Amino acid sequence: MSPAKKAKTNTEDYLRMYRQMVRIRSFEDNANQLYLAAKMPGLTHMYSGEEAVAVGICEALTDNDRITSTHRGHGHCVAKGAEFKEMFCELLGKEEGYCRGKGGSMHIADQSHGNLGANAIVGGSMGIATGSALRAKLQGSDDVTVCFFGDGATAQGLMYEVMNMAALWNLPVIYACENNGYSEYTRTDEIAAGSITARAEAFGIEAFQIDGQDVLAVNDLAQKLVARCRKGEGPFFIELMTYRYHGHHVGDINREYYRSKEEEKDWKDNRDPIIRFRSYLVEQGIASEEEIEAMNAEIKADAEAAVEYALNAKYPDASEVDMHVFAD
Amino acid sequence: MRNITLSQAVNEALAEEMRRDETVFIIGEDVAEAGTPFKILSGLVEEFGTDRVIDTPIAEPGFMGMAVGAAMTGSRPVVDLMFGDFIFLIMDQLCNQAAKTHYMSGGKLNVPLVVRTNLGATRRSAAQHSQSLQALVAHIPGLKVALPSSAYEAKGLLKTAIRDNNPVVIFEDKLMYQDKAEVPEEEYLIPFGEANIKREGSDITLIATSSMVQVAEKAAEMLAAEGISAEVIDPRTIVPLDEKTLIESVKKTSRAIVIDEGHQSYGVTSEIASRLNENAFYHLDAPVLRMGAMDVPVPFSPALEDITVPTPEAVVENARKLCSGEMIHAA
Repeated sequence: MSPAKKAKTNTEDYLRMYRQMVRIRSFEDNANQLYLAAKMPGLTHMYSGEEAVAVGICEALTDNDRITSTHRGHGHCVAKGAEFKEMFCELLGKEEGYCRGKGGSMHIADQSHGNLGANAIVGGSMGIATGSALRAKLQGSDDVTVCFFGDGATAQGLMYEVMNMAALWNLPVIYACENNGYSEYTRTDEIAAGSITARAEAFGIEAFQIDGQDVLAVNDLAQKLVARCRKGEGPFFIELMTYRYHGHHVGDINREYYRSKEEEKDWKDNRDPIIRFRSYLVEQGIASEEEIEAMNAEIKADAEAAVEYALNAKYPDASEVDMHVFAD
Repeated sequence: MRNITLSQAVNEALAEEMRRDETVFIIGEDVAEAGTPFKILSGLVEEFGTDRVIDTPIAEPGFMGMAVGAAMTGSRPVVDLMFGDFIFLIMDQLCNQAAKTHYMSGGKLNVPLVVRTNLGATRRSAAQHSQSLQALVAHIPGLKVALPSSAYEAKGLLKTAIRDNNPVVIFEDKLMYQDKAEVPEEEYLIPFGEANIKREGSDITLIATSSMVQVAEKAAEMLAAEGISAEVIDPRTIVPLDEKTLIESVKKTSRAIVIDEGHQSYGVTSEIASRLNENAFYHLDAPVLRMGAMDVPVPFSPALEDITVPTPEAVVENARKLCSGEMIHAA
């Protein structure tokens, strides 16, 4: 069993967190372009703006720890260690995708890094995450499972059923609620009565509300809670205040009827997790502007090369259509 | 050979598999000390403890979802769903999650779990505790469905289900829990997708599942007295379905009735009848008949409830008509 990682305090860790956030943004920019250029089948939900949540939390985990993800899941997938090439192949329905093109954007799973998969049913993975934690407890394993979900999913009944059991049985699960202010096309305050953290507290689960745009704060809290989960002190609940830059999905472009452009501009200009952390790295002398620009350029090139690769990659053979319905 | 009840057979299957494989656990409502309302699991918590016989709150979607997550990460949960009717509560976790995970992940993730539940009317339990909903889950690719017709099948099929690497739903007939049958002392498994020819015959094939196998066998006895030789076949699993055995029998007898306790419309009987028509049409001397439960919610009053389920007498009557040529519609 891998020991818990230490809190991120050194240069290398900081730079990796920055890099992972930029990788997510870069992935999403390219995915959005693929949609706009009509090169992607279907549509997808962008994680841009929420990078500090996925990275801050996943950097506190090892490959042996599990996560469950959502329809807005590319960020979790990258943060948990996935590669661009297999991810873009999956988005384009190609054979070399993580799921051989059978899952697509909303079902990417990367078992090798502990990502049990995105889920296209809002709140649909809460049972899975809690069950993974139950398995850890029953088998005496010290791994932790993080359940990512949005504010919209707090309206689903399943959440209350599994939080009740997780609390009764002290399961090593962390419920990470990404509150981006919108439940699809509706403001969260129109769909959620009362306090979100109080929902968990009602079950006796220790709950935290945190600035989801501050990667160091998120990581610091995640490190502490993961370590406590490993000691049998779980479950925990975190409400991460964040913002999605795009609409509900890439096709949700004219959205002023539910959200103003001024509000979007304010979050992008003043609370962007990447800009904030970049300033911090420069101020602290951890990296120079030039080093950061070089890193950004390298990631951009990586992403573009992966897109190119995926565009030219093979589709699965028709013979695969009825393969994997059942396991052997 | 010894005789044990279906309930004891299920209990033995679980105990044997839990001894054999420590990743197997039971989860559901009142499964531990209570041993379920039917007392099927009595004694298991004493042997395996509350870590492996896990009592949950009344939260079917919750514990079903947790079973999916546990199965995806290395456990083999056996979910105890107290009544088959509660399938409606777990549909998302069973059909959107468990059934599709292996396929959606391109074969990377497995969901080896079993949902043990029940079917069967005439227990005076009314519309929400009497349904036979096997067709609903059999419709979803990725789920296997077993329908044991006796204590012997219940044990052998459950052990196979627990070892299967896919989600399996197994429906036991709740009226049969106290019925005894010969069950060997020594270990055995019943493979999925192998129908059991319960009785050989030459004039008509009666294909029956679960609770309806006894009905078909009684009907076959009655028909024999009239000189009609009925073959009785129990498919044992409807996913996978042993089409070959069914088709071969019908080619031999040239007539068939399919009997299942689920509602008749869009049901198990319809599916099997279609496959027989598609594969044995030119061998048929009469249309394949379906006999399912009436298309009404199960009524409470015994005077009404008993009418809704196929009986041996009704099977005999239909068989007679098929064999006499009465049901051949001349042009």
